[in-house]
Amino acid sequence: MAVTETNLGLSTQSDFSRRNAGESSSTAPWHAQVPVGYWVVGFVLLLMPAFASDFMLFQIFGWTFILGMIALSLMFLAGYGGMVSLVQMTLAALAGYCMAIFGTSAIETISLGWPWWVAIPIALIIAVIFGTITGALAVRTEGIYTIMITLAIASAFFYFTRQNYVIFNGFSGFNGVLPPNLFGIDWRGPKAFYYLTLFWATLSFLVVVYVSRAPFGLALQGVRDNPRRMAALGFNVNAHRIAAYSFSALIAGVAGILLTWQSAQISPGTAGTGPVIDILVIAVIGGLNKPIGPFIGAFIYVLLKTFAIDVLISLGLSGDRFQLLVGISFLLIVFFSPDGVLGLWERWRASRNRDPLLDAGEDRLS
Amino acid sequence: MSVQETGMERSTSVAERLSATGTANALELRGVSKYFGALAALKDITISVAPGERRAVLGSNGAGKTTLFNCITGDFLASEGTVRFFGEDVTEFAAHERIRRGLRRTYQISLLFTGLTVIDNVYLACCGVSRGRFSFIRARRNDALMATAEDLVRVVHLEDSRDTLVANLSYGQQRQLEIAMALSGAPRFILFDEPAAGLSPTERSELIEILTGLPSHMGYIIIEHDMDVALRVSETVTMMHNGAIFKEGKPAEIEEDAEVQALYLGGGHE
Repeated sequence: MAVTETNLGLSTQSDFSRRNAGESSSTAPWHAQVPVGYWVVGFVLLLMPAFASDFMLFQIFGWTFILGMIALSLMFLAGYGGMVSLVQMTLAALAGYCMAIFGTSAIETISLGWPWWVAIPIALIIAVIFGTITGALAVRTEGIYTIMITLAIASAFFYFTRQNYVIFNGFSGFNGVLPPNLFGIDWRGPKAFYYLTLFWATLSFLVVVYVSRAPFGLALQGVRDNPRRMAALGFNVNAHRIAAYSFSALIAGVAGILLTWQSAQISPGTAGTGPVIDILVIAVIGGLNKPIGPFIGAFIYVLLKTFAIDVLISLGLSGDRFQLLVGISFLLIVFFSPDGVLGLWERWRASRNRDPLLDAGEDRLS
Repeated sequence: MSVQETGMERSTSVAERLSATGTANALELRGVSKYFGALAALKDITISVAPGERRAVLGSNGAGKTTLFNCITGDFLASEGTVRFFGEDVTEFAAHERIRRGLRRTYQISLLFTGLTVIDNVYLACCGVSRGRFSFIRARRNDALMATAEDLVRVVHLEDSRDTLVANLSYGQQRQLEIAMALSGAPRFILFDEPAAGLSPTERSELIEILTGLPSHMGYIIIEHDMDVALRVSETVTMMHNGAIFKEGKPAEIEEDAEVQALYLGGGHE
């Protein structure tokens, strides 16, 4: 089985996690445990600036990595913890607001103008605290009620920031929120921003993969599958769930800072009801079970959001209907594959790999 | 909420609780009742189990045996009465608090993590009663918890299935895994809920071997329908009927008791 997989040169996340599961017993060096496909994707992403346009780097990939990270924070909660939270975009926006308020922006009457190395930790700490409080409220509920509570918190944040002018500067929010010129590089330059977002997206992806097999991640999956049993093993189920919210808030917070730098502004609309739900859409499109899913979902979402207008206009339709195209794509993917694009891909691989002599194999023969 | 409130009270009486620990019974239930609406699943149960004592609980279906376990471990809170574990009043404690004090249980219907491997299941059980339960660092080769988990896998003879997904284990193996998980950490007292149910005769004798081979300070209560198993692994027998204690005694006495035979042993052969 292992031989056929390597020969095919194809790899899926499931290979990856399977290998990780047996990690303590396998003797292969770490670079041999990562499937070939990951190396290929990694090199393509690293060399991307050599051939991709600035628009692709900054708008398409930069935005994909950022939205992917926010959706990844949701995937961590929903996939491993079984908790669907709609507050992730809000946590990202809160971190962005903190950058504008504690750091520098064009709204000098409010911004405190503290240096970035003070503002960033404060932004992340506040995002984590807010995430933890949200978690503490949300873990007392389950299923649809968790969604309702987190949606309520997200909506409250949206309306509060829109109406509060003293701290959040109301409807217009903050513009001119720029990354620091560290090492003399303009981090909003397309190439620099591409690598900046690629770095943080890769790091958060690897951390989530790693933590999923560490005691904390294993226990979280245990809590998802069987909270009662986990309590009978000595785990404080609610404390574990709340800690998962804190961890996801950290990822969302980092993404929120990057998001604010990308558009150089933060306003209530960043975390309006639409964007808040879009994060869920992204995670579901990609697949909620694997950490790579949110990034695939984000890529599809960004492509649709960016090019749907052009497609519609070229078909002679009004470009205003691009949301319709996004919605229809979402419906189709969820209808044909409840576990997202990733699930579609895995089923296709499974049917390809089926041995016609041993299994039924009708799919191949027909 | 109630758990946190009692947490406040508890901390004030640490000395008192510690002084009680030395001489106390492993488990002491006083007047424990459990109501589900109007239904009394447990009625005024009073039991004392000495440290290291091994006791079987018998009774027909619906006698309240599993409910008794649930009230002891905190899966449900008792409606009335007090539960003391090694002298400490744990009546209001959440399940995880009791487990961390050395109480363990297995479930009648295996509650395992079917998507994880055997070793991961046992490792999780070891994490639950250790400080490492929030660790973000993966277990290394020489990790102490992992080593304990490996030992436990060997104790229940599952070393050949170490990396098998639990979903792919046979029923008997799943029962063995349940026991391994109950032995994690430093258990002081274990509740076995029908560990032999559905096992083959060979697996049964293996189970008896495991149970009788436990260190002598490790007491347990075992719910068991199979009289062969129950009477061979226990020193005392408690008969339950309709949520109340019906009889207590030595295995031989219970086996010969006419009332018990009429109610339970005879009934089983009808």
